[in-house]
This record gives sequence, C-alpha cells and structure tokens, in this order.
Amino acid sequence: MQDLLNIFVKSIFIDNMVFAYFLGMCSFLAVSKSVKTATGLGIAVIFVLGVTLPINYLLNTYVLSPGSLSWLGPEYADIDLSFLSLIIFIAVIAAMVQLVEMIVEKFAPALYASLGIFLPLIAVNCAILGGSLFMQERGYSSVGEATVFGLGSGIGWFIAIVALAAIREKLAYSNVPAPLKGLGITFIITGLMGIAFMSFMGIQL
Amino acid sequence: MNKEIYKNPIFKSNPVTVLVLGICSSLAVTVKLEPACVMALSVIAVTGFSSFIISILRNTIPNRIRIIVQLVVVAMLVILVDQILKAFSYEVSKQLSVFVGLIITNCIVMGRIEAFALGNKPIPSLIDGLANGAGYGLVLVVLAFFRELIGSGTLFGHQIIPLSWYVKNGGFYENNGLFILPPMALILAGLLIWAQRSIQKDLIEK
Repeated sequence: MQDLLNIFVKSIFIDNMVFAYFLGMCSFLAVSKSVKTATGLGIAVIFVLGVTLPINYLLNTYVLSPGSLSWLGPEYADIDLSFLSLIIFIAVIAAMVQLVEMIVEKFAPALYASLGIFLPLIAVNCAILGGSLFMQERGYSSVGEATVFGLGSGIGWFIAIVALAAIREKLAYSNVPAPLKGLGITFIITGLMGIAFMSFMGIQL
Repeated sequence: MNKEIYKNPIFKSNPVTVLVLGICSSLAVTVKLEPACVMALSVIAVTGFSSFIISILRNTIPNRIRIIVQLVVVAMLVILVDQILKAFSYEVSKQLSVFVGLIITNCIVMGRIEAFALGNKPIPSLIDGLANGAGYGLVLVVLAFFRELIGSGTLFGHQIIPLSWYVKNGGFYENNGLFILPPMALILAGLLIWAQRSIQKDLIEK
C-alpha cells in the first residue's frame, strides 16, 4: 500500500510529465489559453492514462516481454516480441481513445460536449505513449502499480496545464516585449514553473 | 523545383519555433550534443521517409482510415531506427531512452504527412520531410550546444573551457549547473524564439 502511495506522489510531483520530461508539450502549449478548456483536456488525459496503462501493462507482461508467452506452453518460452511494443502500444492507445470517446458520448453527453475535440487529440499526445514506455522501462511489478502510475502522471499533467492556463490568463494584462509575446513568454514561464517544481526533487520516497 | 520547399522549414517556418510542432521530445534530449545530433538524424530520417512512403500511397489510402495507415508507416520506420540505434550505438540509445519511441507521436511527422505529403508527389514530399526534420534538428543542436557548453564546459564530450580556469584548480570559473536541468531547455527555447522574432518582425503575435 505504501509503495502505491509513493508511486502516486512521485508521478504527480517529482516525475511530473511536463516539467521533468517535457511530455505532452504540444497540446500543453496550444490548449493552455483558458482555464476552462485546459481543465477539460486535463481530465481527458487523466482518464485515458488511467485506462491505457493497465491494458498496456498486461500486454507487456503476458505478450510482449521476452519469455512472457510461456503461459501458452514451453515451446513459446523463448519468443521475444518486445520490438513490437511501440506499434502495439500506439494501437491500444488509438483504440482506447476511440472507445472512451464512444462510451463518454453515450453515457455522459454533458462531459462529451465539454471535452469536444480534445478526446481524439489525445491519441497523439506524447504523455500517453510516454507513460506506457516509462511503465515498460521502469518495470512496475503489478497492475495496481501501473494504474496508480498512470493516474498520478495524468493528475500531474492536469495540475501543470491548469496552472499554466491561469498564469496565461493573467498575463494578458502584462506588458511583454513584442517579439516575446505569445509563444516565447509561454516557454519561459513553463521553464520557471519547472524550476519551482524541482523543489520537490529533494523529497526522498 | 521550388526552392521554398527546402529553404522555408529551416528558418522562416521552422517547425519548432514557428509552427510549435514536436516540442515534446525536442527539449529532453538536448543536455549533451551527441544524443541531440543522433536524435536530429533519427527525426530527419523518419520525417523524410514517412512523407515519401505516404506520398506514394496517397491515392490508394481511403480517406477515413488514413490516420491509422499513417501511424503504422511511422511506427514501422521508428522501430527500424530504434533497432539500428540499439545495434550500432547502444550507449546513445540508452541515453535517449523512451524518446526514440516518442518520435511516433512527434507532431512534425504527422503534421507534414497531413499538410504536405497527402497532396504532393513523392520527391517533393521527401524533400519537404527532410527539410522539416532538418529545421527541427537545427533547433535541437543549437539548444544542445549552449546547454552542454555552459552546463558542462564540454562539446561532444571534449573539454572546451580550459581546466585551469576552474575554481577547484585555482581559477575563477564554475559550470552553470542550471543549464543541465530540464527547465533551462524551455527558457533557452523561449530566448531562441525571442531572437528569431526580433529578426523576423512579421512573426510577432498580436
């Protein structure tokens, strides 16, 4: 239980997807103009990360990693399919995004209307694929750990995009040098926020 | 052939600083020059060949499933690059870790396929892909140059700042550790955009 809590806190603050690994930057910069849309996209990311990571974990453990097909019989024990993991992960993500979109549309039309275009966009958000690849690289030991890591990373991304959107809304009233307006100042603010988040690095978990 | 195809993406409509594409993976690999150059070459190869292949297939792909076809082509190329890196320069492929895989979701690749390769002949598409990859690579190398020089005092692992300058050898100089940390990549990229837009006034946002 304590392990799960550690992974959760670690993935939100210390290994924050945005500030420590720059994942999901494209949509992070493009969709952070208002807090409302940022919240919508953030929730969708938490959702999709929380769903795809356990599935990809199971696929990785029982199909892809070396020797994992041994449950089919001893003659399959030395098959190594790990070179296929990229294509399988991206296929699972694309399929899950599509499925999540249909489910949300059917059962929660209000949420669907507020998420709008963001759900399909998530398939190409590198934070999602990055989550699966980190899960594979760090070798989490159970489905629970993978799920908690997914949810934590999603919440970390959510916090980051909502905070940036709030700052950018206030920034409209500041006098920024003309060539730095828009994209430039957003980069620099993200960098400063990253420095703030680095203060969590000292925490030992 | 139109010169603009390969001249524009490198400076005037650079994918990273102007179109805001492919930032995700571009900042994390710029601590040192060597992985940055390897990453730049990988991206150039993937953007070039994926645009080329998709452009050959452009009249046979049904419009409704084109995203999946594109993803499969890109994923295949990325797996090839990944396996080649693992075989021939294992150290660098360890340093790049997940970021080679993340070329699949690099928006430059999909962006160029959607915006150019689907509507143009194979050879111009190949050049467009290569040029956009090169524009991305240029930003990567510039960032890595400053980060490695100021952060570690080296370039490609060779010492550039004379060792006798360092405080521990009785000198006055100390490496700026901030440049190795992730946030500095963002701030440097912001400054790069500032510099570019000061030269090209028409890019300034209202």
